[in-house]
Amino acid sequence: MLHAFMIKPGLLLANAGYQSNWVEVLSQPFMRNAFIAGSLVAIASGMLGYFVVVREGEFAAHALGHIGFPGATGAVLLGLSPTLGLAVFCVGGALVIGALGKRASERATATGTVLAFATGLGILFASLATESSTTVTNVLFGNLLAVSTGQIKVFALFTIALALVLAAIARPLMFASVNPDVAEAKGVAVKALGIVFLVLMGLVVTMAVQVVGTLLLFALVVTPPATALKLTARPIRVVLLGTAIGLAAVILGLITATILNLPPSFFIVSYSFLTWLIVLGATREQHRSDH
Amino acid sequence: MAGRSTEGAHVCAKNYAVSNEPGETITDPVISLRSASVARGGRTIWSDGTFDIPRGQIVAVIGPNGSGKTTMLQVLLGLIPPSVGTVTVFGQTPERGNPRIGYVPQHYSEAVGQAVRCKDLVSLSVTGTRWGMRRSASDADEVEAALQAVGAADYADSRMSVLSGGQQQRVAIAQALVGSPELLLLDEPLANLDLRNQREIVDLLAELQRSRAITILVVVHDMNPLLAHLGGSVYLLDGHAHYGSVGEVVDSDLLSHLYGTQIKVVRTAQGDLYTRSN
Ligand SMILES: Nc1ncnc2c1ncn2[C@@H]1O[C@H](COP(=O)(O)OP(=O)(O)O)[C@@H](O)[C@H]1O
Ligand SMILES: [Mg+2]
Repeated sequence: MLHAFMIKPGLLLANAGYQSNWVEVLSQPFMRNAFIAGSLVAIASGMLGYFVVVREGEFAAHALGHIGFPGATGAVLLGLSPTLGLAVFCVGGALVIGALGKRASERATATGTVLAFATGLGILFASLATESSTTVTNVLFGNLLAVSTGQIKVFALFTIALALVLAAIARPLMFASVNPDVAEAKGVAVKALGIVFLVLMGLVVTMAVQVVGTLLLFALVVTPPATALKLTARPIRVVLLGTAIGLAAVILGLITATILNLPPSFFIVSYSFLTWLIVLGATREQHRSDH
Repeated sequence: MAGRSTEGAHVCAKNYAVSNEPGETITDPVISLRSASVARGGRTIWSDGTFDIPRGQIVAVIGPNGSGKTTMLQVLLGLIPPSVGTVTVFGQTPERGNPRIGYVPQHYSEAVGQAVRCKDLVSLSVTGTRWGMRRSASDADEVEAALQAVGAADYADSRMSVLSGGQQQRVAIAQALVGSPELLLLDEPLANLDLRNQREIVDLLAELQRSRAITILVVVHDMNPLLAHLGGSVYLLDGHAHYGSVGEVVDSDLLSHLYGTQIKVVRTAQGDLYTRSN
């Protein structure tokens, strides 16, 4: 990488061009790990993302990624695992956001303020821990190509656990999300469900940060389910379609990135963005009727 | 009429409380308060509620903004306990999750958001209190019956966001009807509706009340759309909770005092009762 600075800019760009041995690269073990990890994140995001958009918790999801940033850099400063720091800050941040207020709109300012402070803290930690520049880049932009087999195991277990928990609480959670007052009168534990949901969101965000990074996480956790919701209102279909969009973005993104020798995060986000754009255009006129 | 305050509408300090004196005791009331007060955040919202509401009628809940109408419904639902005195509903202390009560909160459709289909919304009343993903055929029947009862079957598959205010309110009532409750508590179901839609919702409520012999409490700002069907009113006046039958409540001194503006009670040549300010 360093010697790139010594050669002409034109040659630097050439580095990013067509990679003729891409088929070979795709069959490498690190690539297999990347496909599996990215797919698991897409599946987890598809399941959780439906509730994120129905609860209008998009901003909280976005904020959690940023709140995780000082967690990861702080952990490096202390010589701990960045993933652990990420998880602690994301879940802790989720609980703080949950305590801030009932409706998403009430807590937007508070969330945004905490978010900015967290990012500042992350920058401070990153500058203090001088050797952590790779960690910083990885946390900010994700590094799918560096996912280890151990991480994949954790991702897989978590995705299964998430599916089981969501299947168990889906209906009361939905009730508490769209009709909090009625649900409460009916005896549903609205507040407790809200906290459980935010903790799950904190964990999904922790996972997603490792794939696309805090800055791009929205494109994988929120955009696919939000896109799916424009096409159908049936809960099961939203989850399936949202997952499918996320999976397609991850898989096509990885392949394109390998062919062109550019960062996968960029292409994953781009495919997610393109799908959203196309669906937005297509449903602009007739988004009022739905079946 | 209500809401607007005009200058110079002075009302003398007469005692407007119309209480159910012993002698006209109601057997088996649906709601019963005895010296009940309620406090929120350490502040008493209303106090001295002592009345019985008979079963099987439409009852308005009226009072100025912030007088505690929503709070009254929350007490009846068991969400807030009275700070003093007793409140019973169907002879029992209110408790959350009572299937005999259906509830439509204030600002219902604002909380729902854009995403949900009417059908899914109503079905939450059936399945939203259960863990897991089980669903039986009778669940779907119940949802369909509720949507049909309010005339919303046509837009069962539509998203809430595409419906008019009146249609959204019908769906909200359908959701409250699931489980065939004997008491409906509706918080400002007529707010933000034009006159035609207000009348349609009132007609629907009257029809539901008659055909199911249920009791319906409706928080309203203006009693006029309800007057033809009204059995009585809970009214929150000067920090106290009262109940009076329609004959007692539709009184121009009382209403003027309640709303802080001069209100006349008028009977038309057809015998219809209505109120108007000045
Ligand atoms: N959650 C709450 N905590 C504390 N006070 C509240 C709460 N909700 C409402 N209040 C207060 O209780 C009073 C009655 O409110 P509410 O029952 O909503 O009135 P209404 O429905 O008649 O407009 C108001 O003064 C309001 O500020
Ligand atoms: Mg109210």
